Amino acid sequence: MVSSNDPGWNNGKDAGKDGVSRRSFMVTLGASAAAASLSQAAQAALPKGQDAQPESDVRGPGETSLTLNVNGQSRTIKAEPATTLLDALRQKMGLTGPKEICDRGACGGCSVIINGNLVASCMMLAADAEGAAITTIEGLSKDGALDPVQESFIRHDALQCGYCTPGFVMAGRALLDKKPKPTLAEIKKALSGNICRCGTYTNVFNAILEASGQPPVMDSAPGA
Amino acid sequence: MNPFSLARPKDHAATHALLTGRRFSLPLLKGGGMDVVDHLKEGLWKPDVVIDTRHLRAPGASAPISKDGQTIRIEAWATMSEIAASDILLKDAPCVAHAVGSAASPQVRNVGTAAGNLLQRPRCWYYRNEQFQCLKKGGGTCFAFEGENKFHAIFGEGPCYIVHPSNLAPALCITDAVVHLHGGKRASLPITDLYHTPDKGIRTEHNLEPGEIVTHITLSPAPVSGFYAIKEKQSFDWPLAFACAALQLDGSTIRSARVCAGAVAPVPWLLPGVDAALKGVDLDDDKALRAACAKATEGARPLSQNAYKLTMLPVAVRRAVLMAAGKKVEA
Repeated sequence: MVSSNDPGWNNGKDAGKDGVSRRSFMVTLGASAAAASLSQAAQAALPKGQDAQPESDVRGPGETSLTLNVNGQSRTIKAEPATTLLDALRQKMGLTGPKEICDRGACGGCSVIINGNLVASCMMLAADAEGAAITTIEGLSKDGALDPVQESFIRHDALQCGYCTPGFVMAGRALLDKKPKPTLAEIKKALSGNICRCGTYTNVFNAILEASGQPPVMDSAPGA
Repeated sequence: MNPFSLARPKDHAATHALLTGRRFSLPLLKGGGMDVVDHLKEGLWKPDVVIDTRHLRAPGASAPISKDGQTIRIEAWATMSEIAASDILLKDAPCVAHAVGSAASPQVRNVGTAAGNLLQRPRCWYYRNEQFQCLKKGGGTCFAFEGENKFHAIFGEGPCYIVHPSNLAPALCITDAVVHLHGGKRASLPITDLYHTPDKGIRTEHNLEPGEIVTHITLSPAPVSGFYAIKEKQSFDWPLAFACAALQLDGSTIRSARVCAGAVAPVPWLLPGVDAALKGVDLDDDKALRAACAKATEGARPLSQNAYKLTMLPVAVRRAVLMAAGKKVEA
């Protein structure tokens, strides 16, 4: 298989009348990786003024460098376009706060805040987060002090196994950033994309109510 | 996910060129990417290039949602959250804002786009599972017909029994919406012509030509309009049946009505029989209202497990009508 970085595989000398050689055509069928170079060559062979391929920024399919702004720091990694934001955070940057649970945007365990909005990082391509301000749970604490939402989760025992907790905390933080004193109904709506298998919802709601300076209104579980 | 290239074309013309040119053989457009990444992870699609469209701006595009005279405009890239929270839509076409706000979760709505919502693929579990080579994927069988069809269609002639997944589309169908296009022979398409039933084409749900790109949507105000969905759980679930209704009222009497149902058919399901029956009905005459809404199931042919939708749909229609009129609706 000819690869796109194979020097001289399509130098135009064997180009046919429409700028595409038989050989390069076969390569296109076989290797999508080669297709980019082929098309550039084909385009170069077209008469001037005939704009066959207006500009597009194309990267991949292999690894390219990608700069993400995570928790206030600009970090550059090597990643394929097929890398999700969650994989970039967990596997390329060592930020294992966001959890991979359902892997389909259905459970909220991987939630991060992007430009103020709660997002499921497992369903976003890392490249789509370029240029945006990404906050993971690692970025919530300031100067060693936990975020008020985190403090309140501890006080209200708003977790059992704890696996979903980073997602819930981020959902709570994203809500309070937009609405400092939400009603219980608004809290429930804002947290509707987060699932707790242990069923600790009551304490989660209370924790977020208290973090927003409001009294808990739900009956807490016995002993909580 | 299989490896793919990621393209960011500079404009709609460059997007069209990527879709139709020789450079790539299996191009795939994405908006927010929620449905696209889902397909990629499941191995249902193996594109050689994924083309991002979120940054593309049509001429005249300003805010995600805007209003000029009596025309409301939603950009293709407007997120579902922006649509759900739009003051313009909440005031002038509340059925649109409420339908979109009821869909999915905050995480999904913050990313999913208007065009992506309209063009997302069905949620049929046979279609979504790589193991089932169903009609939609070139196979010879609709597994839902004799299989697990609790969430499938009660309308339509088959041979595929998906329900259309968009919450937005039925709301647009009662607000004279037009889908604006780039890259094809036509500049626009009425929303009611955007979709086809499975007997007219099994592999896609929409009528877009290869290379056509949705740039924006325009619609007419429907200030007296409402939406009601019945779900297994009221948050973050796909509706079992829902309805959008737009009314013109004379006091409490319905002068005219337009109703479209969702989650009951492979396309947004207009209900002209209900529209006609609602005409002249006094909203406070519950018996007459229920009788008119009962017409919603005319022509329905449920499958083995979804006859419950016959009971549910008239309820959703009646509550959407009441919501439109600002009346109280049972929880």
